[in-house]
Amino acid sequence: MKRLLLAFALVAAPALADSDLPPAPLANTQLPDPEQEAKAKALMETIRCLVCQGQSIADSDAELAGDMRAMVRERIAAGEKPEAIRAWLVQRYGSWVSYEPPFDRVTWLLWAAPVLFVVIGVLIAHSSFRRRRA
Amino acid sequence: MTGAKKWAPLVLFILLGSALTYGLAKPESSTIKSKMIGLSVPSFTLPAAIPGRPGLSSADLATGQPHLVNVFGSWCVPCMAEAPQLKQIADAGVPIVGIAVRDKPENLQRFLGRYGNPFRAIGADDSSQVMMALGSSGVPESFVVDGQGRILQQQIGPINPEDVTGIVAAVKGAR
Amino acid sequence: MIAEAGLAALWLGAALCALQLVAAAFAVAGKADLAGIVRPVAVAQAVLTALAFGLLIWLFVQVDLSVALVFENDSSEKPFLYRFAATWGNHEGSMLMWVTILGVAGAAVALFERKLEERTLLATLGGQAVIGLGFYAFLLFASNPFARLNPVPPEGKGLNPLLQDPGLAFHPPTLYLGYVGLSVAFSFAIGALITRDVGPSFARAMRPWVLGAWIFLTLGITAGSYWAYYELGWGGWWFWDPVENASLMPWLAATALLHSVTVLATRDGLRAWTLMLAVIAFSMSMVGTFLVRSGILTSVHAFAVDPRRGTFLLVLLFLYIGGALALFGARVGTVREGARFDPISREAGLVANNLLLSAILGIVLVGTLYPLVLEASTGTKLSVGPPYFDAAAGPLALILVAVMATGPLLRWRRDNLKPLLKRLGPAAVLALVALIAVKLAAPAISALSLFGLALAAGLALASVAPLWRRNLLRTPLFVWGMVVAHLGIAVSLAGMACDSSFTAEKLVAARVGETVAIGPYSVTLDAIDPTFGPSWQALQATLLARRGDGDTLTLQPQARTYWAPPTDTSETAIHTAIDGQLYTVLGKQAADGRWQLRLWWKPFVTLIWAGGALVAIGGALALVGRQWRGRRKPAEAWA
Repeated sequence: MKRLLLAFALVAAPALADSDLPPAPLANTQLPDPEQEAKAKALMETIRCLVCQGQSIADSDAELAGDMRAMVRERIAAGEKPEAIRAWLVQRYGSWVSYEPPFDRVTWLLWAAPVLFVVIGVLIAHSSFRRRRA
Repeated sequence: MTGAKKWAPLVLFILLGSALTYGLAKPESSTIKSKMIGLSVPSFTLPAAIPGRPGLSSADLATGQPHLVNVFGSWCVPCMAEAPQLKQIADAGVPIVGIAVRDKPENLQRFLGRYGNPFRAIGADDSSQVMMALGSSGVPESFVVDGQGRILQQQIGPINPEDVTGIVAAVKGAR
Repeated sequence: MIAEAGLAALWLGAALCALQLVAAAFAVAGKADLAGIVRPVAVAQAVLTALAFGLLIWLFVQVDLSVALVFENDSSEKPFLYRFAATWGNHEGSMLMWVTILGVAGAAVALFERKLEERTLLATLGGQAVIGLGFYAFLLFASNPFARLNPVPPEGKGLNPLLQDPGLAFHPPTLYLGYVGLSVAFSFAIGALITRDVGPSFARAMRPWVLGAWIFLTLGITAGSYWAYYELGWGGWWFWDPVENASLMPWLAATALLHSVTVLATRDGLRAWTLMLAVIAFSMSMVGTFLVRSGILTSVHAFAVDPRRGTFLLVLLFLYIGGALALFGARVGTVREGARFDPISREAGLVANNLLLSAILGIVLVGTLYPLVLEASTGTKLSVGPPYFDAAAGPLALILVAVMATGPLLRWRRDNLKPLLKRLGPAAVLALVALIAVKLAAPAISALSLFGLALAAGLALASVAPLWRRNLLRTPLFVWGMVVAHLGIAVSLAGMACDSSFTAEKLVAARVGETVAIGPYSVTLDAIDPTFGPSWQALQATLLARRGDGDTLTLQPQARTYWAPPTDTSETAIHTAIDGQLYTVLGKQAADGRWQLRLWWKPFVTLIWAGGALVAIGGALALVGRQWRGRRKPAEAWA
């Protein structure tokens, strides 16, 4: 029965997406202050949509994404810093909701990888060259 | 060419292949669990969604009585499917409160008239704000909240018949 | 009948593939009497697979609903183009296209390759057959496109509306020609490792195949980017989506390969690099095929697949890539290393090129797979997106652009710093001037975009520098190819930087009759009308856009609802001017009867894809130029 319900829920997903109410006002309108709007936009492009398959809330037509955009804009307009809003979302949904991975015990390797590759590259390059005559 | 350089690509590939095998064996879960479990319900106040039931605030959840908080919407199909289970839970003496996400009063009343109204209070969450504050990512979801307003557990998706006893026990066992 | 014929053709093709492998193996081992049949068998195999593919296309165009795949993905309401393209708009059909291109590539080698030494050629065709067998097995046992359906349903489910676009007719075939075309380079490397024939003549033989596949891959990725840009309705053109990354990684390896193979052809250097890159390029294609079809990554692009198919593909990966790399490890030691070179030389520049491309490839691979591995091992869910890739790969890409500007100005074997700086002077000065000018004009610009624009300017001048003081009519065509391709990168980079820094966005809820200013345009919402098409109905907005005193343009974005399968999409309306694009989207109706409009003015955004096209054209010029020169002056080394 659980499987059937789950299948039902998955099939019903498009119905889940469309509620009765129109989008929140700030979901699809910009903030009047261009600097604030730029900050909001930059943040929205790095927040993951919770009900989509790999899109940021800035790129999604889903309703929940619209509500998240509205929330981001409201808070930026109220003076909150983008990083604080990101932290609030991560506190609720985990690192998954942010496209910018944190730098912590489990993700340090991810950030170290580029540096590692460059170092290895330089070492390989160095061994390919013949010595320059003085 | 040195031994290390000759075999390094193969070794690296074996690492990559193992990563892919691991990933295939344990696939990603598609549900996003709330990280608020174990923490207090964030403070909120929601107006009444329909006449006939009061609105909901976080203070109502910290009066010493545990609750089941159900996040739902009249437009949500699985919410209709879980209505009988909610009635069962309410009949067992568990206080259920609802958060109606993005709903209109008339549609909500029609839904409750048709599928039953197990809620003692229903708050109207028109722009999903409280849903987000709870770390919920869709409807329906249910939260077991203890008497101090702490979130004990989360049910993602509709409540199935076999989940009822567990939820009733969780609420009754909470303080 | 037709479906069964298609399946039979596939089985026959697989059988011939096995025969090709056996004959090639014996021929390479010394039994020369079987050598004669390898080529004809390779051609026959390709003919049969192409026939199977053609029959599947026929089934889709005719909407034969007794075939399960046609039922799932087609419907008789669709116009011809989408019935045709729906053949590969699904897992099984696109896998058949994959195997067809693999076979056809092998047949092309069998028919047209004349420069390669006979034994190496036979080993190459053997390698092609080994790859083919695994994927035939995958197709026949785990992804049969010709499975029947009983009882026959009255109508098909139809194609995903997002795919109902001319892009579907163009993007997958070009992409696969590139993606799978790299198998030839892979097989060449296998062949060379088996017969130990690695040298300039081998490289000269392999080069056109690498170039050909690379050109198609460049076109395929460029087309895909533009398609996503106008289809998805938010103005983005690259999302570092796992499936996009799966196509980028082979391209990065193939770009490094095509530079390496030239060094091998002309200077007999970078032997191990060339072999390694040839193996890596197609390996990345296969890894990409696995990622996209196994279901282990979430993406809007991913096919609906199941883990059983993923396991099958994973086994193939271990066999092929593991086998090739083991062969590399065992044999590369016996490949005589080429001449060494100075730290300041064109060879060194090309080694830097290889290393930077490999590092970027590594970063993309790590970023794409990290969330997967992390969740499997610790249960923590993570998202790695543009903030990581831009920060990690962006600076390396810019360094690569600087290397690209310097490389063609370097002499082979050994060069001196002072004369090099003199040759590089004008481009460096231009880059510096551009840097200062842009920073003054747009103080808030991001560092990545700022350096991107400056380097694009420098690269543009540096890429035409090899033509300086040359008789243009007597300059070899392949030199023109290099110039045009590098110029294309500069153009594309400039477009990317402009798009990320100077795009103007307006999101408004407008009433009919209201005017909005966006960039240099003023846009009036003139009307909202219902309209319909073959399988959809829509609300269409009529927007009148005017620029200063210019003519009034009409743009008609739509909000569409398809009924089979039921989906909502938005069709953007784009106007392309000489200096940018006006991008308009109609959203939903807002609370008070106003209409949601999304308007963008994107200056110079078209340069992104124009640059991509230039890169492909450059490749084509190089390909043709080399072939002509090869015919006129067979044994000449390129100075």
